[in-house]
Amino acid sequence: MRRRPLAAQRRRDAAWFLLPLLVALAVIAAWPLARTIWLSFTDASLAGGAHALVGFANYALLIEDPDWWQAVRNTLVFAAVSVALETALGLGIALVLDARIRGRGLLRAAVLVPWAVPTVVSAELWAWMLHDQYGIINAALLALGVIEAPYAWLADRALAMASVIAVDVWKTTPFMVLLLLAALQTVPAELHEAAKVDGAGALRRFAVVTLPVIRPALVVAVVFRLLDALRIFDLVYVLVGNASATATMAVYARQHMVDFQDAGYGSAASTLLFAVVALASAAVIALGRASAPAPR
Amino acid sequence: MSPRLRWHLARLGLHGLAVLILLYTLFPFAWAVVTSLKSGGALFDTALVPADPRWDNYAEVFREQPFGRNILNSAVVATSTVLLSLALGLTAACALGRVAFRGRSLLLATVLGVSMFPQVAVLSGLFELIRWFGLYNTLPALSVSYLIFTLPFTVWVLTAFVRALPIELEEAAMIDGATRFQTFWKVVLPQAVPGMIATGIVAINIGWSEYLFAATLLTSPSNMTISPRLESFMGRGLYNWGWLMAGALAVTGPLIVLSGFMQKHLVAGWGGGALKG
Repeated sequence: MRRRPLAAQRRRDAAWFLLPLLVALAVIAAWPLARTIWLSFTDASLAGGAHALVGFANYALLIEDPDWWQAVRNTLVFAAVSVALETALGLGIALVLDARIRGRGLLRAAVLVPWAVPTVVSAELWAWMLHDQYGIINAALLALGVIEAPYAWLADRALAMASVIAVDVWKTTPFMVLLLLAALQTVPAELHEAAKVDGAGALRRFAVVTLPVIRPALVVAVVFRLLDALRIFDLVYVLVGNASATATMAVYARQHMVDFQDAGYGSAASTLLFAVVALASAAVIALGRASAPAPR
Repeated sequence: MSPRLRWHLARLGLHGLAVLILLYTLFPFAWAVVTSLKSGGALFDTALVPADPRWDNYAEVFREQPFGRNILNSAVVATSTVLLSLALGLTAACALGRVAFRGRSLLLATVLGVSMFPQVAVLSGLFELIRWFGLYNTLPALSVSYLIFTLPFTVWVLTAFVRALPIELEEAAMIDGATRFQTFWKVVLPQAVPGMIATGIVAINIGWSEYLFAATLLTSPSNMTISPRLESFMGRGLYNWGWLMAGALAVTGPLIVLSGFMQKHLVAGWGGGALKG
């Protein structure tokens, strides 16, 4: 064994080293996904028992259900608005934390806290603050005279989505801050000084010096967050349950699959959600390929 | 306005913003602490400082509910998840970071693709599988399922670390008569420690707090991990907000302490992996 050239031996070893990973991915990712797609063409129940192939019947029902389209709209609105707000707020906070201020290290640690907290916990903290009768947010807004009667932030169809987005922004902005802060660290200080000498104001320095340097990181962060936001489930579900005003595609799929035990129909919804995320990812990769080789 | 005054005003504004940011990120926790110290009718007034602060809620949430058991469950799942994903991630990283073989980048891309899977897209298949294996309503069901979240980033970060290690070091060790296992244990492993810590913290966080799989694959209250348990407090009309806040803070504390201790490693590990990769 030892005599053999190292490279050939290594390749053989590599297969053994990869085997556990491949088995794990096959069992927990590939097989369940394939199974979900298969079940979407059947009338299977989550409780088990025999099931029959029904072709595209589940999909046909799905595209006729107004609640499904509401879920699609909810998902798109949620993803677009929350990621836009997180990007803007994250950039603002990152810029403040990048400045030389006292206690910066501690401040940075504190800002990351909402991100480290379990989603169920953040949903509960906010459900309590947004409580229609005893919530501190209604109390504060009433005291300030901003509103005249308490709002049902989570129960009111017109307000629920805004509330969900607000909580997601609170929870996920730290992730943006983390990525953007790392990018800001790579902006050369000399460039700023030079621009200052040339008489550029703070806004102009940001547009001309900072933004071009951090743009790649910004794009990566936005793409990553968008792909994540399209799949949102737990925050919405724990805050407002299955309510149709806020139910996203994932919430809708789980409700049919688990609550109604309709594994076939729920799997069809899940498969469509998977297709949406896969298409979005493919589009991102294609755009990245198209824009990368273009010389300046 | 003199430049000096302007400078002072700018500094003041900056610090004002910093205070606002702190208030925004931390106020919900402060309010949870305040609520958790109130009981009875005091829960429903909005006094910022409880008139008669008491720790009863913390004692009650553990006494009246199998909540200590749920925390233990979460700890067991978090620990086994991190051990499993590090073991699988590290062995794979040794092959992916060391050996050039056909299809390597395709495999890495596939692993990354798995991290884009929506949870519900594997839910029904996973549910069936877990039942076939007889793991339904057991903690190992979760440790295994969570690999779908932890493996992609663990494999990627650790591969970057292994790749950064000069191959000559390994060859030198083997020429000196070290077995392949010794080489792995004494040369490769220490190099990957920062990456293991960084990915390990995130894996622990997932094992501790994941909701959907835990809520679907576990049924009995005493088997549950903390997230579905806390959610069931809310859902079942057990609306004692003092308990809820006490429970929420009790499960969050360990995570905050862990992230606090590990913050430096977290940045070094992820950053190091990315830079080296």
